[in-house]
Amino acid sequence: MSHLLEVNHLKINFKTYGGEVKAVRDVSFHVDKGEVLAIVGESGSGKSVTVQSIMGLIPTPPGIIKGGSIRFQGKELLRRPKKELRKVKGSKIGMIFQDPMTSLNPTMRVGKQIEEGLIIHQRLSKSEAKKRAIEMIKLVGIPNPEERYNQYPHEFSGGMRQRAMIAIALACNPELLIADEPTTALDVTIQAQVLELMKQIQEETKTSIILITHDLGVVAETAQRVIVMYGGMMVESGTVFDIFENPKHPYTWGLLNSIPNIDEEEKKQLEPIDGSPPDLFAPPKGCPFAPRCKYAMEVCLEEMPSEYEIDGGHVAKCWLNDPRAPKEEELVALGREEW
Amino acid sequence: MVTEQLVEVQDLKKYFPIKKDLSVKSVDNISFTVKKGETFGLVGESGSGKSTLGKTLVGLQQPTGGNIIYNGLDVTKFNKEMKRKVNKEMQIIFQDPHASLNPRMRVGDIIAEGLDAYKLLKGKERTNRIYQLLERVGLRPEHAKRYPHEFSGGQRQRIGIARALAVEPKFIVADEPISALDVSIQAQVINLMEDLKKSEGLTYLFIAHDLGMVKHISDRIGVMYLGKMMELSSSNDMFNRPLHPYTQALLSAIPQANPRTAKRDRIVLAGDPPSPTNPPSGCRFRTRCPHAMEICSHQEPQWKEVEHDHWTACHLY
Repeated sequence: MSHLLEVNHLKINFKTYGGEVKAVRDVSFHVDKGEVLAIVGESGSGKSVTVQSIMGLIPTPPGIIKGGSIRFQGKELLRRPKKELRKVKGSKIGMIFQDPMTSLNPTMRVGKQIEEGLIIHQRLSKSEAKKRAIEMIKLVGIPNPEERYNQYPHEFSGGMRQRAMIAIALACNPELLIADEPTTALDVTIQAQVLELMKQIQEETKTSIILITHDLGVVAETAQRVIVMYGGMMVESGTVFDIFENPKHPYTWGLLNSIPNIDEEEKKQLEPIDGSPPDLFAPPKGCPFAPRCKYAMEVCLEEMPSEYEIDGGHVAKCWLNDPRAPKEEELVALGREEW
Repeated sequence: MVTEQLVEVQDLKKYFPIKKDLSVKSVDNISFTVKKGETFGLVGESGSGKSTLGKTLVGLQQPTGGNIIYNGLDVTKFNKEMKRKVNKEMQIIFQDPHASLNPRMRVGDIIAEGLDAYKLLKGKERTNRIYQLLERVGLRPEHAKRYPHEFSGGQRQRIGIARALAVEPKFIVADEPISALDVSIQAQVINLMEDLKKSEGLTYLFIAHDLGMVKHISDRIGVMYLGKMMELSSSNDMFNRPLHPYTQALLSAIPQANPRTAKRDRIVLAGDPPSPTNPPSGCRFRTRCPHAMEICSHQEPQWKEVEHDHWTACHLY
């Protein structure tokens, strides 16, 4: 079966005064129909740049697509004329951004913003588009849809604005929805509402979702598969159960250890990851995580680890998974804590 | 265990006038105490008044009414000079490490601002103190000559902490100190804060909306909603037996980092928090409360101790 979206060996650089930043360094993944894929990683790990390139939102210059391919429904998206891309963007792929305040047009009525895509892509008449827009406002759970249709974004609360964004993104029934930190700017109770809404819509419409987040709780609750990114690369990928229960990369261990466990009765000190993320102007020769890794070996600093398949679909880019590397028990014996 | 009170807040009010006869009641009749040596966690959604409360405590805002008693002395009755003396013992760490450091000042001068303002140290001694503080928060002495933009978010937050520590405070209000940081860096800062609390004998008021972190760091927790305190108890009691329906909803809304337990029953609150300029009559939470009753709309629930050291304001109890 071919995948809905296939990203292969994607490389993206940015030209800056300080030199070229290697923001995305050889990233490959796929999304199947009806699944939720989460991409986690810290600021600067390249997760947003990766998905923005799917939507063709990387400004060139300063961005440079160094190589790779992005295929959606079998068709290449990179290096396609803008006109053709426009047919895909917004109609077959929808996007939700992090900050609903800056991503809505403050001078346009919310209803009109939902209609825009419908009129352009589905060639609906104005009255049909209005009907559909009001339906969408209702679908995303905003009360008084007729009244809300005529309001401006500033009359909406943060949670409502994010709902309006979701309505815009879903208006044309896209095959793929990209959500870039959709709940980061929201309060927990509102975050719960928005996540619930996304889950419910996903189950009804079978839309595939790429969810970018740094909140591992959100990942565990919504995603089926997870990609962990670090220093512009994918360091581990697998199902949520692989990542949360059998992680094979020290960075994933570190992430899981640095969040407090709500159920803990006794206080245990958090185990932070020491140091800070790598400098992407001159990324290290070997594994990007090696300088912060408690388990780093000599080879880690010298050579980029290859991708080790743990079992069907669970992949970790770490030398520890090499048959020649010391086993977990041996590491523990060497005085390194068990993760 | 020390049970001595360090800060006692009595019926504290902070109103911001907008028009004649209309004001935002950011903090409305709140009373609680912070014990010496504890970490008191304050949680609530945006607009609940938690930051205003923190700022009022350290003297960055003047209270509209009520008393703040620090170490047995009523700070609200002090004159300017005495307030200045007390404020030296109360410092604040801000949320945004990018906005809270002056970009045109060197890190060393930023850290020494308090020392200079209170004319504590000069010359060689001042420099040594800066170096010592930098090392204490995990930075290096040579960083003193650099500017804030040369540092990452986590390092900037460390600079903010060093600045707060410079005047040897007893009480620190940490206003969302980690919400702008990456997960792996958050844990670094939290560990540093816990470490400093022990070595410097500090007391914290820790304001946050990340309930997991609040539970981790706090001894006791207070929950705020629209300017009111809804519930107050020890951190374990709060998580094991939340009494107020708002606390219950808040706790069930936390996404859990465990794919097997994550898909559990959740109380999803309908609607948004109402506007603080015109809060609902009676109990402020009643418009979103799944257990709202007749009485909730016309009578404000009393603040009472329902279980030992477990306070709440709700008609259910």
